[in-house]
Amino acid sequence: MSYGLLFDQTLCIGCGACELACQKEHNQKPHKPKLLDEESLTYVEKINGDLYQRHLCMHCIEPTCASVCPVSALKKTKEGAVIYNSTICLGCRYCIMACPFHIPKYEWHSPFPKVKKCDLCYETRSSKGEETACASVCPTGATIFGNRDELFKIAKSKIEKNPDKYQKLLYGEKEAGGTSVLILLKKPVKDSNLIENVPEDSLPKLTWRVLEKIPVIIPAWGVFLGGMYWLTKRKNEIAKEESEDEK
Amino acid sequence: MKSKFRFTFWNTFFIIMMLLFAVALFRRYFFGLGAISNLNDEMPWGLWIGFDLLCGVALAAGGFTVTGVVHIFHLEEFKPIVRSTVLTAFLGYLMVIFALLIDVGRPWNLWRPFFYWNEHSVMWEVGLCVATYTTVLFLEFLPLVLERLGFKKILHFSNWLTPAFVIAGILLSTLHQSSLGTLYIIAPEKLHPLWYSPVLPILFFCSAIPLGLAMTNVESFLSFRAFGKELENEILQKLGKACAVMLLLYLTVRIEDLIYTKSIKYAFQLNFASIMFFFEVFVFGIVPLFMLFKEKVRKNPLLLFIANFLVVLGTILNRMNVSTTAFQIGTGVKYFPHFYEIVVSISIVSIGFFLFYLAVRFLPVFPEGPLKEINPRNPIEEFILKK
Repeated sequence: MSYGLLFDQTLCIGCGACELACQKEHNQKPHKPKLLDEESLTYVEKINGDLYQRHLCMHCIEPTCASVCPVSALKKTKEGAVIYNSTICLGCRYCIMACPFHIPKYEWHSPFPKVKKCDLCYETRSSKGEETACASVCPTGATIFGNRDELFKIAKSKIEKNPDKYQKLLYGEKEAGGTSVLILLKKPVKDSNLIENVPEDSLPKLTWRVLEKIPVIIPAWGVFLGGMYWLTKRKNEIAKEESEDEK
Repeated sequence: MKSKFRFTFWNTFFIIMMLLFAVALFRRYFFGLGAISNLNDEMPWGLWIGFDLLCGVALAAGGFTVTGVVHIFHLEEFKPIVRSTVLTAFLGYLMVIFALLIDVGRPWNLWRPFFYWNEHSVMWEVGLCVATYTTVLFLEFLPLVLERLGFKKILHFSNWLTPAFVIAGILLSTLHQSSLGTLYIIAPEKLHPLWYSPVLPILFFCSAIPLGLAMTNVESFLSFRAFGKELENEILQKLGKACAVMLLLYLTVRIEDLIYTKSIKYAFQLNFASIMFFFEVFVFGIVPLFMLFKEKVRKNPLLLFIANFLVVLGTILNRMNVSTTAFQIGTGVKYFPHFYEIVVSISIVSIGFFLFYLAVRFLPVFPEGPLKEINPRNPIEEFILKK
């Protein structure tokens, strides 16, 4: 069962209950976040007037962070969450560099730094199919937890029934090849302060297209070098023999 | 043989750098990366990845090119420079690893890629290759020590194995020289199109070859300048010619790629990106290319050095452009390295120079054996004023 979240911009009232629930769930000091950082895994941004956008990890179906991690410290679970294992993490920060949604954050002021991002309450809740802390406290149903496929259907039917209320685009349907977190938009992506230029294709494919050629190129290149070694060595030997013959 | 220590300019510089470096290390390991760098969540990779890793590995490319020329293609006339090139490459990789121990947040886990595989990660491949290749370079460097200590039997055995090491070295270098370019392929939306390309790995590999050859010349010239070692003029001239051909090949691929990806138009907009591009490709690319193709330039050791040095600067600029300029323009982040970031980078290079000095002093790096006397020479006097 692959779970996800559906966030509906039109329902969010900016109360911040999800932020506090998240901080409590992750044993962090309760505070009002101003952006996503190592202490704030989710953050509700007041954009203007009555527009609120909740920021959090999108939990991509094919996560870029998990594909670039040299030791698979980040991985996609079958329950949908993209989770992080600090025990094996090198701290190379490739995940932070590569994430198309600019999500993973780093403990820059710690001698034992970890990568921080939303884990969909994996340990405590979503691995058992329980709804995440943020969804459980949302008073208006702006954030709901559920099976990603069902959430997708709900979102699509909402857009279809209320075309004036919602943007046509469902954020997370195609972004980076699709995500487990879906966002129903009242205003266009740009005005919602979401990342606009996320490629539609899954990004890990770009690298794999290069890496998959290695097993083809390296043996051929090795054989060529071995061949050249043998050829030029023989050539030098023959040249030597001939110059000796002349004498 | 007693040499007195004197406070020359470089000695003093080295001591000051080491003191600052100690402060930087202390702050790094007690207060985290934020205490000595301007890196942040928007700019997770800065000077250390751009310069110490990307440039460090590229500058050590002489190791696989020159050993390949001598041991695989059997062009024996280049033999006198093999050892100093291998030494440069070996020290280069040691310095890269040294820098990674500082840059990487959890260095005690650096061994993990050997046991936790993620074959989809370019970083995993780079990690394994750099570690393995450093071992290969160590094995290629070992004969110098064995010869000095007079272990003839092991020396004979290791010489017999050399071709295998060299082939392994070339294969590993091909892999990770190109993979450092592949690192950036995953972020098409974050890099300026003048530097993003689906063939970045090919560009990185193609530019590493002329750079390796140029670096061999620079290293030889600096040894002449600092230690008074004679220049291997004939070899260096031939290397210059080879460098010109390989540089031409790289620049052709570079421009062709921009035309194919339709990004060449950005080169003609007058802005920061196009100015950086102009410096990288024209001033530090096409200018030394023309210089190296001229026999007059190659015949003058100082001009030859300048041309090669421009090639080195050009490649450094290219790596910095991909890793920082293009990333900053693409994401709109502002970044300039912190004082201590610069200190760390300069210190690591200085340590490399210092180790090189120790090696030429005590090991048979040059064909004439360990250098007994150090007589700095003045190239300007010798090659310009004397004429």
